[in-house]
Amino acid sequence: MSILIDRNTRVVTQGITGKTGMFHTQTSRAYANGKACYVAGVNPKKAGENFDGIPIYGTVRDARDKAGVNTSVIYVPPPFAAAAIWEAVEADLDLVICITEGIPVRDMIEVRDRMRKQGRRTRLVGPNCPGVITPGEIKIGIMPGHIHKPGRVGVVSRSGTLTYEAVGQLTELGIGQSSAVGIGGDPVNGMKHVDVLKLFNDDPGTDAVIMIGEIGGSDEEDAARWVKQHMTKPVVGFIAGVTAPPGKRMGHAGAIISGGKGTAQEKLAVMESCGIRVTRNPAEMGKLLRSALR
Amino acid sequence: MKIHEYQGKEIFRRYGVPTPRGIPCFSVEEAVAAAQRLGGKVWVVKAQIHAGGRGKGGGVKVAKSPDEVRAHAKKILGMQLVTHQTGPEGQKVRRLLIEEGANIAKELYVGLVVDRGTQKVALMASSEGGMDIEQVAAKTPERIHKVFVDPQAGLAEGEAREVARRIGVPEGALGDAARLLQGLYRCFWETDASLVEVNPLIVTRDGRVVALDAKINFDDNALFRHEDIVALRDLDEEDPLEIEASRHDLNYISLDGRIGCMVNGAGLAMATMDTIKLFGGSPANFLDVGGGATAEKVTAAFKIMLSNPKVKAILVNIFGGIMKCDTIATGVVAAAREVKLAVPLVVRMKGTNEDLGKQILKDSGLPIISADNMADAAQKVVASLAQKKATAKPKSKLQSKPKAKPKKKPAAKKKAKAKGKKK
Repeated sequence: MSILIDRNTRVVTQGITGKTGMFHTQTSRAYANGKACYVAGVNPKKAGENFDGIPIYGTVRDARDKAGVNTSVIYVPPPFAAAAIWEAVEADLDLVICITEGIPVRDMIEVRDRMRKQGRRTRLVGPNCPGVITPGEIKIGIMPGHIHKPGRVGVVSRSGTLTYEAVGQLTELGIGQSSAVGIGGDPVNGMKHVDVLKLFNDDPGTDAVIMIGEIGGSDEEDAARWVKQHMTKPVVGFIAGVTAPPGKRMGHAGAIISGGKGTAQEKLAVMESCGIRVTRNPAEMGKLLRSALR
Repeated sequence: MKIHEYQGKEIFRRYGVPTPRGIPCFSVEEAVAAAQRLGGKVWVVKAQIHAGGRGKGGGVKVAKSPDEVRAHAKKILGMQLVTHQTGPEGQKVRRLLIEEGANIAKELYVGLVVDRGTQKVALMASSEGGMDIEQVAAKTPERIHKVFVDPQAGLAEGEAREVARRIGVPEGALGDAARLLQGLYRCFWETDASLVEVNPLIVTRDGRVVALDAKINFDDNALFRHEDIVALRDLDEEDPLEIEASRHDLNYISLDGRIGCMVNGAGLAMATMDTIKLFGGSPANFLDVGGGATAEKVTAAFKIMLSNPKVKAILVNIFGGIMKCDTIATGVVAAAREVKLAVPLVVRMKGTNEDLGKQILKDSGLPIISADNMADAAQKVVASLAQKKATAKPKSKLQSKPKAKPKKKPAAKKKAKAKGKKK
């Protein structure tokens, strides 16, 4: 079992004809059931053509109607990415995963506002994220597939390579993953830690979760409070940015300590008070999870 | 991206936000002439640097005669202004704003930011203007009023009026204050700002509301659609190493420690810094080389790290996914050779083609210390510093290494600075 995606997911790539979209569609298709999962691409100017045998449609709606896709992955350049998200939402897909980094915050505010006001059911992961993987079944995004191993531990994180780090440690310890979700490092995004934790809690194929956060905002605190109230499975955590000085943006648009809020210490303290075991040593994330499983 | 106060006020005026009349100046003579052109009897001489807290640092002075304007301008121009935001070395003042004096009856606070929780723009206002607003928020949160603005509708007049009333704007000025707040919101929204702050917003004795200060930061991701704002960038206010890094598409931030780090990915880069700290070291920088690092990019990253004279050791931590470890290893070896690396280098590589990468490092013949995981890498780099200290005293075999350093580093630093200014 898994969350969000599995072998039956049917994917359309928005931005399939761009360099990044092409490359990652190829590597994702080569992973597990990718050949069956990746069934469509979108480019209004190249409708009717194909990429490596994958048919290209003019719109997401067309791809849904003709190829039966229920999920989209977006590699569209930043100035057009928010519009691409909205197109997939309007097509009423189950899930949109936006990999694109560098989307203006205002564009994301507008898209999220429209999604809420129209009561859209489509889930959004990202933007500025590595994507989602259900090891052994399907990979949607830019993460290296080979470091993963099918299993029963969920991973949720705001950062890409730090997710790989956690996954790599688990795999090295012989612990497989049910799904790994990168929710992205932008201040205004789709699913948050708490939304992903809810899915892991309900997933019979997940026994425990590693939650990785970083400085900025209060998503991790919100998730921790939910865990205390509702989570029936062990959660362990790590927060990056203990050494980050206030007011300096650490790469991710959302990773900034401002107004004395969003420090790593504060997040770690709230998580611990909510029963989440945390480590200050990111090399120990896998071992900590293993100890929580016993 | 940040801009100066006087530039912020120019933008404010475009949105109908009243500000005092003022003239930006680059010399003492210009300052005196500006005061004469403005007329009146009282002027304010304001240092223009990007950091806040200028008043406390001595960068804002009231003058009651042209001679006083001259005296203050002389003192402030060229000074190293130290505020709580500049760090102990301060920031050199190169520009001044000469402004007409204001008759202040009340000092208020207004700020706009993106609220992550509601995913809307939050307008924050307080009756406690002129103060450190973070302290107000901590001590008397009930004195901060917030409105989360509907992105489609914008800030409604009624909402703006209500906020103005709550922070103590007198009845007669409520209409003007509401218009000012609506102007500030439109300014935030239309310029793709990430922060708009007016501290203080004042009510004058004759009942006008005026923005006495202006702080605007912009969303870097949206600058592509604001050429006019990009033109306001002042590179003198930015860290030359950070400018150099951005030219190579590297994400670099200077810090105070002695261990340079080069990592792929922002989260992993922060985690690496944290691990160094955990084992008793201190990071000299944050450096994210991103997902598609080439040998050239790695070399540029090494040069930038080593331009910082505080760097005494380097830790490279790469989780190779799309990026292959052998590519990185080749880049690291080339970079170490090109810059004639004289400080200890610890490399931890994980992921695609890991063994191949390690072999390349080994075969290079360079004294690269290999590490198995992040903790191991951090421990080894911290230990390398301690060792260096210990061996430096007896002046033994290592002599050639310290010699090479002083020669190279100042040169590299100058180069980076020069490049930054050219841009």
